[in-house]
Amino acid sequence: MHHLLPLLAAGPLLGATLLVAAGRRLPRVVAESFACAVCAATGVLALVLLLNSSPPLTEWVGGWRPVHGESVGIVVIGDGPSLGMAVLVSLLTLAALVYSWHYFEEPPRGHAGSYPALMLAFQAGMCGFAIAGDLFNMFVFFELMSVVAYALTGFRIDEAKAVQGALTFGVVNSLGAYAMLTGIGLLYARTGELAMSRIGRGLDAYGRPDALVLAAFVLVLTALLVKAAAVPFHLWLPDAHAVAPTPVCMLLSGVMVELGAYGVWRVYGTIFAGPGGIPAADLERALVALGVLTAVVGAVMCWHQRHIKRLLANSTIAHTGLFLAALGVLTPEGDDGAALYILGHAGVKAALFACTGILLDRYGNVDERALHGRGRDLRTVGVLFAIGGLALAGLPPFGTGIGKAVSEEAVGGPLTVLFVLASAVTSGAVLRVAARVFLGLGAPPPKGAAYETTGADEEPETSGRLDRIPGTMIFVPAVLLAGALAVGVAPGFPTVVSRAVAAAGTGRTPVDVHWTSTGVLLGCLSSLLAVGLAAVAVVRPGLLTAPSWALPLRRLQSGHVGDYVAWLLVGATVLGALALPGVLGG
Amino acid sequence: MHVFPYLVAVWIFLTGCYGLATSRNLIHAVGCLAVVQSSTYVLLLAVGYRDGGTAPVFSDLKPGARPLVDPVVQALALTDVVVGATVTALLLALVLQIAKRHGTVDPDELTELRG
Repeated sequence: MHHLLPLLAAGPLLGATLLVAAGRRLPRVVAESFACAVCAATGVLALVLLLNSSPPLTEWVGGWRPVHGESVGIVVIGDGPSLGMAVLVSLLTLAALVYSWHYFEEPPRGHAGSYPALMLAFQAGMCGFAIAGDLFNMFVFFELMSVVAYALTGFRIDEAKAVQGALTFGVVNSLGAYAMLTGIGLLYARTGELAMSRIGRGLDAYGRPDALVLAAFVLVLTALLVKAAAVPFHLWLPDAHAVAPTPVCMLLSGVMVELGAYGVWRVYGTIFAGPGGIPAADLERALVALGVLTAVVGAVMCWHQRHIKRLLANSTIAHTGLFLAALGVLTPEGDDGAALYILGHAGVKAALFACTGILLDRYGNVDERALHGRGRDLRTVGVLFAIGGLALAGLPPFGTGIGKAVSEEAVGGPLTVLFVLASAVTSGAVLRVAARVFLGLGAPPPKGAAYETTGADEEPETSGRLDRIPGTMIFVPAVLLAGALAVGVAPGFPTVVSRAVAAAGTGRTPVDVHWTSTGVLLGCLSSLLAVGLAAVAVVRPGLLTAPSWALPLRRLQSGHVGDYVAWLLVGATVLGALALPGVLGG
Repeated sequence: MHVFPYLVAVWIFLTGCYGLATSRNLIHAVGCLAVVQSSTYVLLLAVGYRDGGTAPVFSDLKPGARPLVDPVVQALALTDVVVGATVTALLLALVLQIAKRHGTVDPDELTELRG
């Protein structure tokens, strides 16, 4: 069974190659059906492997097994979390392909294969990253998924904003990737190994951590935190998400950013968790501090957006902050909570983007103020959008709810307040949009301040504006929301996830995960708070909008690539400072 | 002397970052990114170097006859070159499109995405 593991990356890549080669001669419907079939087949393979992943699968690609304890081969691992991410990637890619089915306008005329081929290559990159057990391989797939993501973000090359956002995204992420490669070079210099578990053993054998280990840790984590959009590495994300085509946004927000958090978990757990790595207290300090900062900044920025895609992008930043904080406490409950939260969030966020895409294609506009009351006739979309907004707050019994509840129990104390507030504010912003756009509540808002991105005058992604919403575009968000609901209500599912995470070689005993009354209460509290915030924002718009203290935060989001690079360097320095005490003292 | 190549790698990395942060031209910025990347070549090759080592090619060499430099880092550097070429080509294509759509390649004048 484990011989099939590399197919998760190779299969979609082969499909993409065929589509590029034959794309000019294929009619559109054939190219898209083929892409859906390859994507679904990869998903089924990942699911079958996932069901057989206890004990975890390991495969040395091409039969290059270690000889006398030394390895030059490439190892891929198939345990619960890696295959779970591969399944999630495949499901979301399939959803995005179905969503764009036949209606998405492709700029390169007469090459029906290019867009589905890029989507398959994106899937291959993300699956390869998820199953990588070799640090260099992880870098290669990190770059592969990034490069495809830049291309997809700037897919509509005739739009000024799209190419700008894609370039910023490209420069910042590639710089992060080169930092990771430098870190990999340092780790290889110390241990002579590239397989992650072997690097970890090599570091432990060497003894106490020193400056080299700290430098490698900071460099590798910088790349993963850039991908995870942790503050202050996050600035590329709103720009990229605001301009990317909607199906691409679903993938970027739903799973690519979360793969960064997954990477942090994987790299710390297998490389730096031992006595030769970074002490647990330091990682906890670094991740929780960055996570809290990320959640706060993301929530504040989310509340102040009027461009709906940027609003959702900032809500993704806030939620990644919560994932990082949950992973950062380094307890089995925290890992389980983050895993469930990521699963639920992927469905909800992708559904919200899908609904926003319908607005864009119908009105050529994703601006909350310009769209005021215009969505009244889109009743189904409005209902889905509002349900998505409530689910974002962790309303029981959605998957986001149980993920948030388990994470809250894991982090405990004052951090619980952060979880409740961050999810309530982001959800409140989404509900505010729903009330204004789909119900036309409140007075038509005035023109805004100068320093912001409006969502008016956007080009629809379909050929011409939609008069009638195609069935697939409604079907996809409905199914995604149902999936997010299933994560929370399927009996025993949380325990299955917990077992899968515990079996992933961290040597932790699985814990019994289920709904608790505290979790349900806090979830309801978040949802009520969100509804309250949205109501106040609609009835008394002056009360909660743009206090001047948020302006400096907004000015950071300058759209200037040089600023973003400078903040990346600041972030790497801060990360080093946060991890330094344990290396010096312990 | 053994520390020297590592210092060079750090210097190149930071030079590239400085160039990126202060760039007034996007083509220059993409070039700076390539500079950052070349620091990884220096680092990788420095890691694999051995005193008195020769190229790991066994066509005219008996295995075990002489010390060899590490072929693994050379494979990594080669992969790195391929990755870098892809990224640079794509980013330059995007810069071209920016020049067409915005009429400028100065990042200070791109003000549509902010706040």
